[in-house]
Amino acid sequence: MSGDESADAPGYEFDGPGMPGPAPDERPHPDGRRNAHGVRIDPEVEAEPRYRTAVVSALVEHEPGVLSRVSGLFSRRQFNIESLTVGKTTVDGHARITLVVEETDAGIDQVKKQLGKLKPVIQVGELDGDAVRAELVLLKVRGDEPDKVHAITQMYEGETLDAGPRTITVQITGDQQKIDDAVDAFRQFGIIEIARTGQTALARGDTPTTPGEEPGHSTEPKNSTYRDETDAEDN
Amino acid sequence: MSEQQTAATTDETTDAATETDGKRTPVTTGASSVVRALENAGVEAAFGVQGGAIMPIYDALYDSDIHHVTMAHEQGAAHAADAYGVVRGDPGVCLATSGPGATNLVTGIADADMDSDAMLALTGQVPSTMVGSDAFQETDTTGVTAPITKHNYFASDADTVGDTVGEAFALAAEGRPGPTLVDLPKDTTMAETDREPGPAKPPETTTPPTDAEIESVKTAARAIERAEKPLLLFGGGVVKANATEEARAFAVDNGIPVVTTMPAIGSMPEDHELCLSWAGMHGTGYANMAVTHCDLLVAVGCRFDDRLTGGVDTFAPEAEVVHVDVDEAEISKNVHADYPVVGDAKAVLEQFADEVGQSPDAREWRQQCQTWKEEYPLAYETPEDKPLKPQFVVEALDEATPDDTIVTTGVGQHQMWAAQFWTFTNPRTWVSSHGLGTMGYGLPAAIGAKLAAPDRDVVCVDGDGSFLMTIQELSVAVREELDITVAVLNNEYIGMVRQWQDAFFDGRRMAAEYDWCPDFAKLAEAFGARGFSAENYDEAADAIEGALAYNGPSVIDFRIDPTENVYPMVASGGANGKFALSEDQL
Repeated sequence: MSGDESADAPGYEFDGPGMPGPAPDERPHPDGRRNAHGVRIDPEVEAEPRYRTAVVSALVEHEPGVLSRVSGLFSRRQFNIESLTVGKTTVDGHARITLVVEETDAGIDQVKKQLGKLKPVIQVGELDGDAVRAELVLLKVRGDEPDKVHAITQMYEGETLDAGPRTITVQITGDQQKIDDAVDAFRQFGIIEIARTGQTALARGDTPTTPGEEPGHSTEPKNSTYRDETDAEDN
Repeated sequence: MSEQQTAATTDETTDAATETDGKRTPVTTGASSVVRALENAGVEAAFGVQGGAIMPIYDALYDSDIHHVTMAHEQGAAHAADAYGVVRGDPGVCLATSGPGATNLVTGIADADMDSDAMLALTGQVPSTMVGSDAFQETDTTGVTAPITKHNYFASDADTVGDTVGEAFALAAEGRPGPTLVDLPKDTTMAETDREPGPAKPPETTTPPTDAEIESVKTAARAIERAEKPLLLFGGGVVKANATEEARAFAVDNGIPVVTTMPAIGSMPEDHELCLSWAGMHGTGYANMAVTHCDLLVAVGCRFDDRLTGGVDTFAPEAEVVHVDVDEAEISKNVHADYPVVGDAKAVLEQFADEVGQSPDAREWRQQCQTWKEEYPLAYETPEDKPLKPQFVVEALDEATPDDTIVTTGVGQHQMWAAQFWTFTNPRTWVSSHGLGTMGYGLPAAIGAKLAAPDRDVVCVDGDGSFLMTIQELSVAVREELDITVAVLNNEYIGMVRQWQDAFFDGRRMAAEYDWCPDFAKLAEAFGARGFSAENYDEAADAIEGALAYNGPSVIDFRIDPTENVYPMVASGGANGKFALSEDQL
């Protein structure tokens, strides 16, 4: 197809040589640009997208497969996940999943929206900076200096769960910074094994952890169906 | 179950029931409850293949008026159900047994998922007592299909399995449509139950929006009013939401040019002066020029697939974007939305019609779009005799068939020529595999489409490579006596690959030559269909006439110009405005 003659009208003729019109470089082109996230940008002030850590809480139906659906979503959409905890709530048939993700603002927004699309997910919310967060760690260290280990455990308000001639196992709970510090402090004794749960979190005060979740009602287990009226309305 | 109970329950479900209501056999097993749930949902046809673990469901279908179409392969069943749903506007149903039956459905489910087509898949499963033991024909079907379904269910209770199937059916169609699957272990379907399933209703955790928040509509309306170069982009969601009437009215009332995505072909009549046809990799030059130069892009029900956008950095680079979608997660996923509007396309277009007070002053812009239409028309050369040009074949078929003819395709060059050179004027007349790009989609889709619309013409435009992938379904078309025409644009290549090899791989045509293809006309006859061949313009005209006149499945093997390529073309990840009109420009 040569394109050296031009059809002179729309509703081209069969004997025409095909597609005329200016070649790619001869066409007018706009100056605008978008970045990789599809946002229109001013090239002068373009900045790299900033990653941040977000704590996302999802109230879900406690049914088989829900965890694999959530983790499958994360792997398939390549979200950068730091930790994931899950456990029942006081409402029959409900569980809460707490996710810590490190993403751009747009990425975190997608995490929340994609989670919300899953059928077993009832509500999704992102916790703000002052939320109550905690993590639990079990540390097994060498038992050569039991007194010193005990002292450090007390400093971090921990608990000794098992002490033998060769190993001591302690439990520490707290926010991420405290856990990291404690692990560092125990390193001097030689850490044999470590198990961390990942962060779990609740919103502070009267603020519901996921939107529409009423602070008071979940102390009254409902035994009839999966969900109660309050949630139904909020959906 | 007592007769009294049957009568009472039957009364309650009269709405959904057919005229054969009185004759319906009572629910006695999980399987009959599943079939009753399908009947309650108004299912009239289902596509599938028998097998060990699904046998109880088939046994229950024996007593039902649901028309079961046995397909030659489960992939065909999934595509046929998909197309049936696209044409009818409600979910198509496919069935398969456990293990290989279920895995054979996977391609069709993934296809429906990528195109947001409502579909319900029912799969047999080994008895739940044997699940996890690697039993004969066992596959973790819910595990395999979790990433490609809207939701799937493992049904372990005969008393509730009917309601689960009803829920899955309703969920498939609700909000943004998509495929759902219910895995049916054999002990569940064999177990006795007299529980009548209720009407199909979606789960309580999902309630998609209908109307959008009025503030978002008002803000978007102001942007539309002040735009100088506004452009409407209709996506598949416009068709799925049955919003084509509202969409067309909005475009015409406000004088805004329209481009569509491929799945939305037919949402705007392609012969309307405001319609610039479809944009994207092989879309029209004028559509891509319009997308590149508009200052406001109003996208309705589209997900900004990379085949549409090319490189996101150069997509509609100067446009503010209004994005209307029922799925909030689509907003700003690929292209940032300056004006997000979350709602059902039909409802939102009605809201827009109320809120947009003054049409944008776009006279110059409309004129500019017309100029591009003249500068970059879709065209091709036709040598006097042969080789036959594929574009001519598509146009000749279009001319010889009524306006509401349904066109299905496989995937490849032929698909692009069909999309480019057929002039579509009605929604739900273009049935193709878009997001997944599944070769072999065309023939089973034609079967599904014909069963969904028996009174309309159905033409499958296929390629030689694509046709070969599901050619066995021709036996189904013959058995069901379906009057469909398969037009094979045969260039003895897997043509799109050859086009790319020539353009980007120095012409090293590794595994792209299909000169080993069988004689399709003879093969059609072997299946019991009519076969035609054509290699020049006269033969083509005769073959089209003969095939369309024949009342049954026919195949025309068009020996087309093997050197013909698809243009315009936007290079993968390139700028839409830089579409190439020939290989030299790539």
